[in-house]
Amino acid sequence: MIIRIGIGSCGIAAGALPVWEAVQEEIADRGMSVELEQTGCIGMCHHEPLLDVIYEDGRSYTFGHVTPEMAREIVQAENPASLEKYLVSSPEKRNSFLDKQLRVALRNCGIIDPESIEDYIKEGGYQALEKIIKENDPEGLIEEIKISGLRGRGGAGFPTWFKWNATRQEKNPDKYVVCNADEGDPGAFMDRSVLEGDPHSLLEGMAIAGYAIGAHTGIIYARAEYPLAVKRAEIAIQQARQKNYLGKNIMGSDFSFDIVIKQGAGAFVCGEETALIASLEGERGMPRLKPPFPSQRGYWQKPTNINNVETFANVPWIIKEGGKAFAAMGTEDSKGTKVFALAGKIKYGGLVEVPMGISLREIIFDVGGGIKDDKQFKAVQLGGPSGGCIPASLMDTPVDYKSINETGAIMGSGGMIVMDETTCMVDLARYFLNFTQKESCGKCVQCRIGTKRMLEILERICRGEGQEGDIELLETLGHQIIDGSLCGLGQSAPNPVLTTIRYFREEYEAHIYDRKCPAHQCKELIKYRIDPDLCKSCGLCAKKCPVDCISGEKKQPYIIDDSKCIKCGSCLEACPTKWSAVVVE
Amino acid sequence: MNCICKAETQMEKQFAQADVDLHLIDELLAQYSKETGNLITVLQKAQDIYGYLPLSVLQYIADEMGVKRTQVYGVATFYTQFRLTAMGKYIILLCEGTACHVNGSERIATALEEELKVNMGETTEDGLFTLSDAACLGCCSLAPVMMINGQAYGPLTPDKACSIIREIYAHEKLLEEGGVTA
Repeated sequence: MIIRIGIGSCGIAAGALPVWEAVQEEIADRGMSVELEQTGCIGMCHHEPLLDVIYEDGRSYTFGHVTPEMAREIVQAENPASLEKYLVSSPEKRNSFLDKQLRVALRNCGIIDPESIEDYIKEGGYQALEKIIKENDPEGLIEEIKISGLRGRGGAGFPTWFKWNATRQEKNPDKYVVCNADEGDPGAFMDRSVLEGDPHSLLEGMAIAGYAIGAHTGIIYARAEYPLAVKRAEIAIQQARQKNYLGKNIMGSDFSFDIVIKQGAGAFVCGEETALIASLEGERGMPRLKPPFPSQRGYWQKPTNINNVETFANVPWIIKEGGKAFAAMGTEDSKGTKVFALAGKIKYGGLVEVPMGISLREIIFDVGGGIKDDKQFKAVQLGGPSGGCIPASLMDTPVDYKSINETGAIMGSGGMIVMDETTCMVDLARYFLNFTQKESCGKCVQCRIGTKRMLEILERICRGEGQEGDIELLETLGHQIIDGSLCGLGQSAPNPVLTTIRYFREEYEAHIYDRKCPAHQCKELIKYRIDPDLCKSCGLCAKKCPVDCISGEKKQPYIIDDSKCIKCGSCLEACPTKWSAVVVE
Repeated sequence: MNCICKAETQMEKQFAQADVDLHLIDELLAQYSKETGNLITVLQKAQDIYGYLPLSVLQYIADEMGVKRTQVYGVATFYTQFRLTAMGKYIILLCEGTACHVNGSERIATALEEELKVNMGETTEDGLFTLSDAACLGCCSLAPVMMINGQAYGPLTPDKACSIIREIYAHEKLLEEGGVTA
């Protein structure tokens, strides 16, 4: 029997380490012949910490929300599969979260031990690298990627083969392969999951790219906030070197390729290629004009090919299974699969990989189980601060580059935040603009000052001080910023505002003209009050109030002191629904 | 030599002045200083050693690497990872990711600011807590979430967040008293 525990960042945050220790102790105490393994993230974040029990015949049972006590009970059980109350997935009853998924980039995540190269090899790892070295046909290899139709998974969706080919054509013999692992979109963690759960697939993808373009050095530019991902990638690099999948004369051929990790230091703009290169060179991460493109003059002025983690992770699969197999998935212009980080007001949040062309509705309702607490679904935000909001009425939009762009949002790197009736769209636009305004590098005037002005207007609207003409001003400014900015950050910064105005204009108008926030989120526009006729004087609200601004006595209705109230809503949540004495207006 | 714009004097005011042992980073500089492209790596490792980047360290790095001081300062202020002032014993990172935002992280922020009597980015007077925000901690299913010295807490309510702080505070007080009696 094998016991496997998901030890990724999300699992650790949910408490996987004490579970690991408990299982380890229990096995040692009882002298059991059980193999204990760690693995990365399977994507079911809503059930973390997760524990799998795998029987000799291959049957696998997954337990969710595992505590150390539960883990001991599972280990002690004669037949763990019978502990149905803890089960979240079993061969008899597969979790619906996994049913519509198709895993290519995440094929090994949550299955193999990310710190074991043997595990990766057992799943067919490094066969693709071996194959292309044997075939010795870099151009044919690029052709295979072209057939697959793979497009960059970092956001813009540029054809991967085209970049590879352009870099290959350059005469300079010193070339670089760079992996953009600076996943800065708040609410997205696809790349982290690959690095933590299956780092070798990234290394293999990079080595294949190196072979295709004629590079000998690869650099992973990793986000500083991902210590575990960096650690696992480092271990993987060491192991690959030992087995000669990296280093000099790989597998006895004349191809040499090695990979180093450089850590970013926290700047969203470094997701932009030229800013990333500046950062690699130890400078402030500020973008520059293109052309020359990085494929012509990149890292230290040498031809450089940059792809993101998910793109590279797809490559070994494409080489092994063939470009046609990849192209068979998805739609006409968007081939293959896409990974999304599903979060927000969703019942089952986590990491999902679905074939392109699937509708948003299927992802949110069939995979994600619908809206938390069965509230009303309002919109979904795609692409983070560069993306936009798609309203509930467009839920049948298929997920492909073209259809998503038509809605005003972008595919982005894969952040998918679901919102319900309690989300204020003006506040959301303000939130994203606050982010991009802070992250603007300051080079272009429109981006630096324009986003600041837009933010000020949005803040004013949220405070209830909006004026007639504000919406139009936001639109004008938005278009000017798009036209006047050098890089993708500025060109896309107004998207969250423009899309929310496009689909939720009436919400802006309610803020400006009626001084009301329909979603009851904007603090200055709401007031909490206790209805004296409904109050049962239980005192629950006063107990939960973090600033002690609710007072009252037995048999007397409680009162909120408005001067001290921070409008956190704790009282509203505390008041039992059968009484609903706390009202928001 | 005379700096007419007084920029350097102004800079000095911005930084917490501290007497730190500059030679702690000598080994680090010997390893990385040959290439200016390593500046960010050097700053990261120096911050690991000192906990933050005092002005004297920035100047030392600039001199040793042969890079202009303005460039080192420019890089140190560009990236959010670098801290120019000392931090509290407990660093509270409140996640500001989108999932946390729609699940009410702002309410948590207000409650924490109220509880600690500091604004976001500041350290309490007793040097115990630094309240800081993070773009995204990546544990979206625990939203809203905060991390205190590497330990994640979530899903939070304003009330829960405050009681976690109070617990740590009580624990610290006990330690302090224990120290006195011992």
